[in-house]
Amino acid sequence: MDDKSAAASATPPIASSRRRFLIKSVAVLPVAGGLTACDRPGGLTASASASTADSSNASPYQPKFFKPDEWSVLQAAIDRLIPADAEGPGALELDVATFIDRQMEGAFGHAAAWYMHGPFHPDATPLAGYQSPMSPRDLYRTGIAALDAHCKAHFGGKPFVQLTTAQQDTLLHGMDSGKIKFEQTSARHFIALLWQNTKEGYFSDPIHGGNKHAASWTMIGFPGARADYLDWVAQPGKVYPLGPVTIEGKV
Amino acid sequence: MANISKPKVDAVVVGMGWSGSIMAIELADAGLTVVGLERGENRDTYPDFAYPKVADELTHVQRFKLMQSLAHETVTIRRQAQEVALPLRQYGAFLFGDGVGGSGVHWNGFTYRATEAELKLRSHYEQRYGKGFIPDDMTIQDWPVSAAELEPFYDRFEYVAGTSGKAGNLNGQSVGGGNPFEAPRSRDYALPPLPTAYPSMLFEQAAREVGYHPYPTPASIASKAYTNPYGMQLGPCNFCGYCELFGCYMFSKASPQSCILPALARKPNFELRDRSAVVKVNLDSTGKRATGVTYIDAQGHTVEQPADIVALCAYQMHNVRLLLLSGIGKPYDPATGEGTVGKNYAYQKNSKIQVFFDKDVAINPFIGSGAGGVVYDDFNADNFDHGPLNFIGGAITFATVTGGRPIAQALVPPGTPKWGSGWKKAVKDHYLHSFAISTQGSVMSYRDNYLDLDPTYKDAYGLPLLRMTFDWKDNEGRMTQFVSHKAADVARAMNPKPQSVAINAGKPGDHFDVGPYQSTHTTGGAIAGDRPDNSVVNKYLQSWDVPNVFVTGACSFPQNLGINPTGTIGAMTYYAAKTIRETYLKNPGPLVQA
Repeated sequence: MDDKSAAASATPPIASSRRRFLIKSVAVLPVAGGLTACDRPGGLTASASASTADSSNASPYQPKFFKPDEWSVLQAAIDRLIPADAEGPGALELDVATFIDRQMEGAFGHAAAWYMHGPFHPDATPLAGYQSPMSPRDLYRTGIAALDAHCKAHFGGKPFVQLTTAQQDTLLHGMDSGKIKFEQTSARHFIALLWQNTKEGYFSDPIHGGNKHAASWTMIGFPGARADYLDWVAQPGKVYPLGPVTIEGKV
Repeated sequence: MANISKPKVDAVVVGMGWSGSIMAIELADAGLTVVGLERGENRDTYPDFAYPKVADELTHVQRFKLMQSLAHETVTIRRQAQEVALPLRQYGAFLFGDGVGGSGVHWNGFTYRATEAELKLRSHYEQRYGKGFIPDDMTIQDWPVSAAELEPFYDRFEYVAGTSGKAGNLNGQSVGGGNPFEAPRSRDYALPPLPTAYPSMLFEQAAREVGYHPYPTPASIASKAYTNPYGMQLGPCNFCGYCELFGCYMFSKASPQSCILPALARKPNFELRDRSAVVKVNLDSTGKRATGVTYIDAQGHTVEQPADIVALCAYQMHNVRLLLLSGIGKPYDPATGEGTVGKNYAYQKNSKIQVFFDKDVAINPFIGSGAGGVVYDDFNADNFDHGPLNFIGGAITFATVTGGRPIAQALVPPGTPKWGSGWKKAVKDHYLHSFAISTQGSVMSYRDNYLDLDPTYKDAYGLPLLRMTFDWKDNEGRMTQFVSHKAADVARAMNPKPQSVAINAGKPGDHFDVGPYQSTHTTGGAIAGDRPDNSVVNKYLQSWDVPNVFVTGACSFPQNLGINPTGTIGAMTYYAAKTIRETYLKNPGPLVQA
């Protein structure tokens, strides 16, 4: 397990952007930390990434499953998987980390609906699908620790959050391609789960804690829970005019 | 040992999906006392499928809200007999419906009929192409029914389900606008076709231009207000885009809930017990007569339910497992070819042809219904000359946009980065301007693709899981490559012209991968036939070995079809129910002499 203390990672940020500074700050001040930076009023646009976000008075989300160091790695990783840029919002500002933490506290995190009886054959052919005894909670806990340990071993003692974005990208792709393997857990299973959950938190209804203000739906043009289009079937090729609505009726 | 014994009933129905609901209402209507046992929970349109909570992709698609918990029971899978079969631990290739309504809740609604050439598959191919055309290891056989024999029962199911579509062949006369390859039907569909969405229109125009015969997909989704023969009322579909994997909040998609169960519940001689998991069919000392079933209730009590008739109406795999657990029939042995239970497991082989347009083409993929769209059968069944192609079977090719749910359905062109800014830009650029053509292909049965009980892994009750031995064969690889490239030709002929077309059809020689979702249309293992030595049930779905046991569903298919199975499941069930009512009850015993 990763036993790095908060103080040990409190090195000055090396990237210039305020957003990256805020991610790293979380490791130092997990309670007062950076999520307020993502907590801005609605109407996120392609140009309004978290790097220019205002502070808000709302209380920052307190993760229930992730420990402070894990939380900062999670945030840094999802910020690479779906970065904020001119095209639209990133995973971080849409509260995808909150979504993942909430998922870990429910049935999914505990693999409640997976068949988890042995004997296990974790090295079986990939054609057999997932054959590990690890639940999503296990995979995040061991995967984040292994990732940080790998970083420290290969980058002069630096944890994941202190690497450059290019270094982080290379690591995440290496875990996916099989170039980077961890001894303690499956790097491939971990990155597959992280990417699945990141995409889910980015695109699912805001009722689950991510996709803040349905901003990803606005970006791509998905009307969300409108679910009533009979009058548009017979208007072929015409652009649908209405923006998204959520399950809770927010537009 | 049972610690609770219930009063005897005339018939017990195991599983309350489509075929169980049909069997239960038909037998109850004949005056029999009927108990329906469903291992999952009870569900109804309200409140279980109610808007707006139903419009939730995460809960239904990603977290499988309507599916059986694999923690409770799954299946083990191997490709070859030499492999150790491993459990399906997370959902992948197929899904197990759960609860009252079964897969009839979350299906898409496609409701096709089989052709005569498919029902007489082996004899048809032998006659047209010669005996040598069928590979030695291919264990395909004729169905024990003809298209003409099934016609009234296909008709019955379509009128119960309010199927929307357009006839192509009325009483032998070809009529315009429908499927010219279909077997003769006695009357048109219950309802006219659903309106055609834009991507389906593009597909229809291009398919016609290339020279094929597109027609509206037959959909058990109401295009108009409709009252079915049980007095159940359906309302028109609003193209909400939350259909497959969801329950219908609009009372539009046919399901046991929208078409049968409320009418059944009003019958005093019917009782539904949910959370009741049947683990065995009980036999008398001769082994030739069932005395009822044993189930485990929600509190863990073992309950005996005596009955004169046992109808196994669970999902294809679970029906086969119950036969094996109960010792009904002889288990299939692939080494000798003897035994029948578990024989001829088959699947479907599907592909997607993704079509990407420029940004001025608004596809609006979120405007979706489960089964509304356009399809052609030119390369399905034996509607084309297989002689030069060296494969048996075919596929339907269709354009149906079921919804634009962004987690699972947003398309990006090949070469798009897996994540990061490049991925996000690709999703944003293509979401509103892309859709996929689908091919859904038949899979033949083979000597070494079969089902039996797993020696190692157990379910929550400690009973052996079902074990699947299945791999892809060259015949299906050739079929899917052929039909996919034909579909890509259609895609390229679209007007406006696509920016790019991507064929996702695997490659020849692929082995079965349980990870990605492929199809829930699993078949076989308790196949219907004309003799006890080649089948588990006769054409009335009656067990050859235990004649008061009937086994419905796709487990009776001798091999799989390119069409969706539900229409045929419904027809076969209505045929069996009618024969039980009119013949079996007067003289209980074998309906076909061995």
